[in-house]
Amino acid sequence: MPKALDAIAALKGAIAGVADRPSLDQPAVNVPAAGLVAAMAFLRDQHGFDMLVDVAGVDWSQGVSPRFTVVYHLLSTTDHDYVRVAADCRDDASPELPSVTSLWHGANWHEREAFDMFGIRFTGHPDLRRILMWDGYPHHPLRKDFPLSGVDTDLPDREVVAETRTNAIAAPMVGGPFVASQGEINMTDAEPRAKDESWNERRPKPGA
Amino acid sequence: MPVEHIFPDSAARNAQGEFETEKMSLSMGPSHPSTHGVLRLQMELDGEIVTKADPVVGYLHRGDEKIAENMTYNQFVPYTDRLDYLAPLANNMAYAIAVEKLAKLEVPPRCQAIRVITAEMARISAHMMGLGAFGIDVGAWTVFLYSFTEREKLYKLFEELTGARFTTSYARIGGVARDIPEGWTGRVDAFCDQFLPLLEEILGLLTRNKIFTDRTAGIGVISREDAISYGLTGPNLRASGVPLDLRKDKPYSGYEQYDFDVAIGSKGDAYDRYLVRGEEMRQSVRIIKQAIAKLPGGKWYAEDARKIFAPPKDKVLSSMEELIQNFMLVTEGPQMPAGEVYFEAENPKGALGFYVVSKGGGVPFRLKIRAPSFCNLSILPKVCVGAMVSDVVSILGSLDFVMGECDR
Repeated sequence: MPKALDAIAALKGAIAGVADRPSLDQPAVNVPAAGLVAAMAFLRDQHGFDMLVDVAGVDWSQGVSPRFTVVYHLLSTTDHDYVRVAADCRDDASPELPSVTSLWHGANWHEREAFDMFGIRFTGHPDLRRILMWDGYPHHPLRKDFPLSGVDTDLPDREVVAETRTNAIAAPMVGGPFVASQGEINMTDAEPRAKDESWNERRPKPGA
Repeated sequence: MPVEHIFPDSAARNAQGEFETEKMSLSMGPSHPSTHGVLRLQMELDGEIVTKADPVVGYLHRGDEKIAENMTYNQFVPYTDRLDYLAPLANNMAYAIAVEKLAKLEVPPRCQAIRVITAEMARISAHMMGLGAFGIDVGAWTVFLYSFTEREKLYKLFEELTGARFTTSYARIGGVARDIPEGWTGRVDAFCDQFLPLLEEILGLLTRNKIFTDRTAGIGVISREDAISYGLTGPNLRASGVPLDLRKDKPYSGYEQYDFDVAIGSKGDAYDRYLVRGEEMRQSVRIIKQAIAKLPGGKWYAEDARKIFAPPKDKVLSSMEELIQNFMLVTEGPQMPAGEVYFEAENPKGALGFYVVSKGGGVPFRLKIRAPSFCNLSILPKVCVGAMVSDVVSILGSLDFVMGECDR
């Protein structure tokens, strides 16, 4: 894929701080947050990467800095090449990136999803609301510190809560799912175990 | 359709206060027959004309991406059935290829051909469903009865191959669940032969149908630039005149060996989207017939990938090495290198993409699903404005989305 490699070489000359990103497939770059919109505009206008196919937020776990990265995949509809652009978010506590909605209309929903799932704020986004969870939902579920079973939350409709006196309850894990830990090589540590054994139907939830 | 077109002097008369009307807000869905699932459209109407449309999605959100981070690669295959649940075989294949790309694993030609056959059958089945539902949306009931009969025949073939009609879970990382049964390809071939004339009959009910063309031609026009900017893919993108088909342009699973054409629309309206889908089914039949004619022999899974594909069951029960291999695969999952890949396949609804971040081991660190229906629906606020309420139904039908995939 010479076209994408050319584009990346040119991008490195045009925007300061652009660096290669390790990748198993298509050419990839890391772009500093400040130069993100300029870099995307450069790739779109000068090198024909005219379609933004995907925007994926990634949480690298608590304690890792930078904690949040947003990974964009661009496709050229004429040369049929992909390029991956990644940008680390500025602040680990309240992550933030410039929005690319000015370049692609399609970025609107993708960025709303990343905001909904990770709490990444996109500055300059025209309508940064939740999209998959309901408005007013207090958590960002795809963050690594959010438990798989979920957490107790009020239902979206206050009237329903008042009438039924119920809320959205977390699902007990009942010992499952059983999986090995990521990237373990030690046999004892890699033994498959339940993700959340702290409580189930018989044992009450700690702190409840 | 712009407002001015219906009432040519409306702007002037409105300025005099003659047309002072109160805007009405209408919530369509989440359980409305034409929203094909649980899409909700929050609309603002001026009489019969839509002035604002805000899609509300997420009613079917199950947290598939969170679930994926907590299970092994093979355990996630059944969840891919439930993305675009009208074409599970195509989803299975897209997911398997994405993870195989991570492992840098080549599957044998027979496996590739089986996947192509099943993916194209899934495409016909999904388009049959989309066409039937679109017909009902615009008042053509007969199409639905015909297309569902054909879909039923396909489901019989799916059941014979995978054991399930709907949620097939047929792909595995490094292969498919089992080889095709004896005589199955012959029955698929026979289906194709009887399907082609029936397809012409079904399309004949709509293509020159005055009522149908009145409801679809010139409705929901999406320009080439908008289609690209909003990230539309699949038939919806091609109907707007962009000749992008990943099977041709980024061939995977051996699609480059087959001879087929890519259907492209010229106007980008609802009628073009219908025509493109119709032609795609003819091309799918062509691909299936070619793939069956030169179906290679050999294994249907990557035999050498011992840390990825489970050994045959009879060997697991009789041989120590295979027993250990099976145990490790079930408990720890297929072993993947660290790194990240992105792969998207040309599914019936558009490009279904998987972005996999691995830190090694058998569990993905992050799995992002790029759902074509999600991107295709994001154009609704643009395309619905200025349309009549009844046109919105036609637009939704022509976009052919699946909420299971949109909401994940």
